[in-house]
Amino acid sequence: MTVDWDWSYTGDILPDLLKGLRYTIIATLAGYAIAIVLGMVWTLLRRTPFAAVNQAVRWITEFIRSTPLLVQLFFLYNVLPSWGLSLSSLTTGIIGLGLHYSTYTAEVYRAGIADVPRGQWEAATALNLPRSRVWLDVILPQAVRRVIPTLGNYLIAMFKDSPLLLAINVAELLHEAFEVGSKSLMFLEPITLVGLLFVAVSVPSSILVRRLERRYATY
Amino acid sequence: MPPTDTTPDAPSPKKEAAAAVLPRGGAPGIRFEKVVKRFGSNVVLRELDFSVAPGERVTLIGPSGSGKTTILRLLMTLEKLDDGLIWVGDDTLWHMEKGGKRVPANQRHLHEMRKRIGMVFQQFNLFPNMNVLRNLTEGPVRVLGLSRDEAVERARGLLDMVGLADKIDAHPSQLSGGQQQRVAIARALAMEPRVLLLDEVTSALDPELVVGVQDLLRDIARESDLTMLCVTHEMGFAKDISDRVLMFDQGQIVEEGPPDRIFGEPSEQRTRDFLQAVLAS
Amino acid sequence: MSDVLDSYQLLLKGAWVTVQLTLYGSALALVLALVFGLVGTSRLRAVRALNRVYVEFFRGTATLVLMYWFFYSLPLIGLRFTPMFAAVLALGLNVGAYGAEVVRGSVNAVPRAQYEATVALNFTPLQRMRRVLLPQAVALMLPPFGNLLIELMKGSAVVSLITISDLMFRAKQIQASTGETLWTYVAILVIYFVIAQVLQLAVRLAERRVDRMLGRAPSREASLSTIAAGAPGAEVR
Repeated sequence: MTVDWDWSYTGDILPDLLKGLRYTIIATLAGYAIAIVLGMVWTLLRRTPFAAVNQAVRWITEFIRSTPLLVQLFFLYNVLPSWGLSLSSLTTGIIGLGLHYSTYTAEVYRAGIADVPRGQWEAATALNLPRSRVWLDVILPQAVRRVIPTLGNYLIAMFKDSPLLLAINVAELLHEAFEVGSKSLMFLEPITLVGLLFVAVSVPSSILVRRLERRYATY
Repeated sequence: MPPTDTTPDAPSPKKEAAAAVLPRGGAPGIRFEKVVKRFGSNVVLRELDFSVAPGERVTLIGPSGSGKTTILRLLMTLEKLDDGLIWVGDDTLWHMEKGGKRVPANQRHLHEMRKRIGMVFQQFNLFPNMNVLRNLTEGPVRVLGLSRDEAVERARGLLDMVGLADKIDAHPSQLSGGQQQRVAIARALAMEPRVLLLDEVTSALDPELVVGVQDLLRDIARESDLTMLCVTHEMGFAKDISDRVLMFDQGQIVEEGPPDRIFGEPSEQRTRDFLQAVLAS
Repeated sequence: MSDVLDSYQLLLKGAWVTVQLTLYGSALALVLALVFGLVGTSRLRAVRALNRVYVEFFRGTATLVLMYWFFYSLPLIGLRFTPMFAAVLALGLNVGAYGAEVVRGSVNAVPRAQYEATVALNFTPLQRMRRVLLPQAVALMLPPFGNLLIELMKGSAVVSLITISDLMFRAKQIQASTGETLWTYVAILVIYFVIAQVLQLAVRLAERRVDRMLGRAPSREASLSTIAAGAPGAEVR
C-alpha cells in the first residue's frame, strides 16, 4: 500500500478548513448555551406539581433524546420555513444542536440532584431550614459539583456532533473539507486533516474534563 | 435488601457433622523471619519474627494499625512481602528454589502454596452472583478439580455442620450476616485448607448474631487439627479458642503467652492499657 | 399525510436497514468494548496503554468524519469498503470506545473484597474474571450499555450521507416524491422513537434478569455515571 500524501495540497486547503473550524466552534458554543439553559427549563418543569406538565415534558424530552439529531436537523431545516420561520442554516443548526442536547443536560441536572444523598435532605429538614435555603445552601451546591464534569463532557460530545450540520449546508469543518475535496477529487488529505483536528481538540479537552472531575470528586 | 434477622442465630452445629467433614493430618507450622511490610513510607511490620506450631491456635490482639491483619493478608498473598521470609510448613510462601537459589515466587508457586491456606473475612465476601451451593462448590470444582457430585456432597456436609442445610439454594442477600459468615466459613473449609486465617470474623455482625458464629468456630477448633491464626477483639472468644495469644503494637510483638496469663496477669503496661480499653468498650 | 403512509413499504425497508445497522454495529461495538475494556483492567502498564489509545482516539473522533474517511479517503490509497461495511466499522469503532470505558470502569468497580475472596479460594486469574468479577460487572454495565445502544441507533442515521438507504435516506426520497415535508419527517421520527423504545425495553428486561441473579433491587432512574457514559471524556467508576 502506498500512501500518496500531497503536502503542498495540504497547505493549500488549510485556510479553507480553518474557516470551517470557525463555524464549527460558533455552532458548538451557541448550541451549548441553549442546551444549558433549556435543560434547566425542562428540569424545572418536571418538578412542577402538575402531573400533566410533568408527563408531557417527560415524553417530549424522551422523544427528542431517542431520535437522531440528523433527522431533527432536516425537520427544522425543511419544516420551519413552511411555517413562515425562515432562518439561516447556521441558526437552524444551532437551534437543533441546542434543543437535542438540552434533553441530555436535563437528565444530567435531574441525576445530579438525585445523586445528593437522602441524608442531606433529612439533615436539612431536621435543622428546620426553609425550603429555599435547603435548595440554595445544601442541595444545589452539591449537585453542581457533581454535574460540572458531565456537562463538560457533553460540550465535547456536541463538538463532535457538529459535523452533522453539513447535511443542512452549514459551512462547518467537514463540509468545507468535502467541498475542497470535490473540487480536486482528492479526499484523503482534507478528511484526514479534519479527523486529526477533531482528535486534537477533543482528546486534550476530555483529559482536561477528567482533571476537573477528579478535583470535584474529592470534597 | 438484606433481611433483618433478629432471632437468635443458629443452633450450635453438630459435632458429628464437624468430625465427618473436617480433614485431619498434615497441618503445617508457620514461621515469619525478619518480615518487613511497608505501605508507602509507613512501615507496618519491622523485621517481625514469630512462629506457629503445626495445629496450634494463635490469636493476634492489639490496637488497630498494629499490623495484625497485615500478617493474615501476607499469608493469604493478598499483600506483597517487602522483605524477609514466610515459611508455611517446609516451604517459603513468597519465594521458591530455582537453580539452588531463592527467587521471588511466580504465580504457579503461589497457587500451590495457597492450597494449604484458607481465609474467612470480616465482611464475609460471599459471591453475590452465585447461590449458597455454588459459593461452596465453585472452588472445589474449578480449582481442586472435584466432580460436580463430589463437590455438592462436600458442600452438603459442610452446610449441615454450620447448621444451614436448608439454605442451600438461598441467595447470599437473603441471609442474615451471621448466616452469611457461616456460609463463608463453610466455603473456606470446602477447599480443605490446612491453615485457617480468621480476620475479625465477628466484627461486622449484629451483637445477637456473634454467638452462633463463635460457637461454630469453637467446634471447628475442637474437632479439627487445623493450624489457626485469628485476629479478634472478642477477648472471651480468644481465650476459648487459642493456645497462645500474641499482643502486637506498632508491628512488633509486645508480649506473648497462654491466654490465661495474657488476659489474667499481663506483664506489659501496653497490654494492660489495651485490654482495659477493649473491656471498657 | 396519506401520501406518506402510502409509501409505508419504503419506510419499512429503510427501518429494516436501520435495525440491521444497529445490530451489526452494536455486535462489533460489544466485542471491541469487551476486548479493550478488559485490556484496560490489566496490571501491566503497557497493556493498559492499548486501552487508553483506543478509547481516547475513537471517543475523540466524530462518527461522521470517520465514516467519510473510510468511504471517501481510504479508497484513494487502495482500500475500498462497501458503504455498509464502512458504516458498521465507523459506528462499531466509535461506540465500542465508549463501551470499553464502561467495561473497564465496571470491572474496576466490583468491590476489591470480591477479588480477595477469589484469591483466598485460589482461583486462577482467568477464573477470577470469568466466574466472579465479570458476572458482577455486567450488572453495572447494562444501564450505560442501554444508553450506548440508543446512541448507536441514532448515530446510524448519518449513513444516509454515504448513500446507504436507511430510514433517513428513505425519508429524503419520499419527501422528494410526495412533497410532504412535515409528515415525512414526523413519520420517520416516530419510527426511530419506536425502535428506541423497543431497544430500551430489551435492555430493561436484561437488567431485571441480572438484578434478580445478584439478588438486588433494580434501580429505577439512570444515575449520573450512566448518563455520563455516552460522553467522550467520561471516566466511568
